Amino acid sequence: MIYDALIGPFTEFEFMRRALAAVIALSLAGAPIGVFLMLRRMSLVGDAMAHAILPGAAVGFLLSGLNLFAMTFGGLIAGFAVAILAGVVARSTGLKEDASLATFYLASLALGVTIVSIKGTNIDLLHVLFGNILAMDDQTLLVVAFNATITLLVLAVIFRPLVIESVDPLFLRTVSRAGGPAHLAFLALVVVNLVNGFQALGTLLAVGLMIMPAGIARFWSRDLTAMICIAVIAAAVSGYAGLVLSFQTRVPSGPAIILVATVFYIVSVLFGRIGGLVRQMFPGRHLEA
Amino acid sequence: MAAQLQFHNVTLGYDRHPAVHHLKGEVASGALVAVIGPNGAGKSTLLRGIVGIVKPLAGAIHLGGIDARDIAYLPQSAEIDRSFPISVFDFVGTGLWRATSLFGGIGKTARKKILDAIAAVGLSGFENRPIETLSGGQMQRVLFARVLLQDARLIVLDEPFNAIDSKTTTDLLALVKRWHGEGRTVLAALHDLEMVRNHFSETLVLARGPVAWGPTSEALTPENLMVAMRMCEAFDDSAAACADDAHSQAA
Repeated sequence: MIYDALIGPFTEFEFMRRALAAVIALSLAGAPIGVFLMLRRMSLVGDAMAHAILPGAAVGFLLSGLNLFAMTFGGLIAGFAVAILAGVVARSTGLKEDASLATFYLASLALGVTIVSIKGTNIDLLHVLFGNILAMDDQTLLVVAFNATITLLVLAVIFRPLVIESVDPLFLRTVSRAGGPAHLAFLALVVVNLVNGFQALGTLLAVGLMIMPAGIARFWSRDLTAMICIAVIAAAVSGYAGLVLSFQTRVPSGPAIILVATVFYIVSVLFGRIGGLVRQMFPGRHLEA
Repeated sequence: MAAQLQFHNVTLGYDRHPAVHHLKGEVASGALVAVIGPNGAGKSTLLRGIVGIVKPLAGAIHLGGIDARDIAYLPQSAEIDRSFPISVFDFVGTGLWRATSLFGGIGKTARKKILDAIAAVGLSGFENRPIETLSGGQMQRVLFARVLLQDARLIVLDEPFNAIDSKTTTDLLALVKRWHGEGRTVLAALHDLEMVRNHFSETLVLARGPVAWGPTSEALTPENLMVAMRMCEAFDDSAAACADDAHSQAA
């Protein structure tokens, strides 16, 4: 009974195995990016970027229909363009990054909706907005896995400057010029992972599997490495449980994954070791030193 | 003694408005210089100009034969995101950037250097503490430990003794004097005039421009301090272009 509910769907159906592999790849790459987005106070920047990839995906759709390769490629170009333009404008004018990005992403979103409305149907729009991880074919899965691998490699290269720039940007500027390139590379990784998530969860929820696990991790650790590990596990477990929930109840897969992550988030807010509400209400007796 | 720092009629500022206007002079290698002045006098801007964070609007700053990476800079603690989950050990370890850069490992020797630097500022036992749990004084000690580890010839300290108790101040001041004794050049932006009189041989009085610069006993006079206090802090949006810069360029 338990086997049938929790494991059966994956042994029986190939599309479920593919979906599981995809959420694990998304978790491995997206959750660490989400942790840095949160720590750099850029959580909503990730959300804005998710909308910014829409026109590229829409152009891909306009040119070749529901071809995920074309939509991914278009999304990457649009996302990179917005990320780099916003980053360059912020760094060269002193405008805050969020204000700079808001302008570019709104323009991008307006352009995307216009393009979809030229040739789209409501079903196409639903696919773009919410994705469909259960409809993922082998080729798309390979793209997702490739993007995840690239993300982890690049993150390893920029890890140190990214950490130092997050905690003490002035210090980094005095010892190295790596801060600017690391920041731009990080924005590029955000885009790559949003496009990855876009296949599975759609533009509206793609950022969910990045930011929510990071928010969960913040309640359980004060150590960066531990936070990243917790975020990856939280994302993967949310992905797995969301797929099972979706399979058993016919709830759409993307929202199911995000709803499971929401449950984990609420549990963390209540019972988290670092700043959880219950711990604050019942802190236990004070220590001697 | 050879100059460690030369200010060639340098103007530093923001959005064309000068925060430090037409500074000329030089700092000898191995000097211990206090930079004083009221809030908004341009002290932090000058230090940021020296370390290359703020580019001159006019003129130039020349480092006497050292690489820009051979400068250790201690920023004001308000510039640091204390909520970031990083331990004291890792934070201090960033002082080894010149040696480790992107991929260099932290081996036994480097590890010992980091632990020694933490011990030198009296924070042994704090290695694994997240920096967000430190007091203001402890964080200042951590910043000094990182400067120690950088082992730089030019050390630039931005208000290093702000809001810390007298014992911590005494301990950290001893470090500053040790660096001076080792022949390193030290510039520190300070507010405590008694400390400057007692421990710093040279003083630059700044008020958006140089008011006085020289031996502390000569620079730190009531008259000079009064001039600095009368400084106009606000930028003037309707100010004309600086005639002195035009003359310099024409020449």
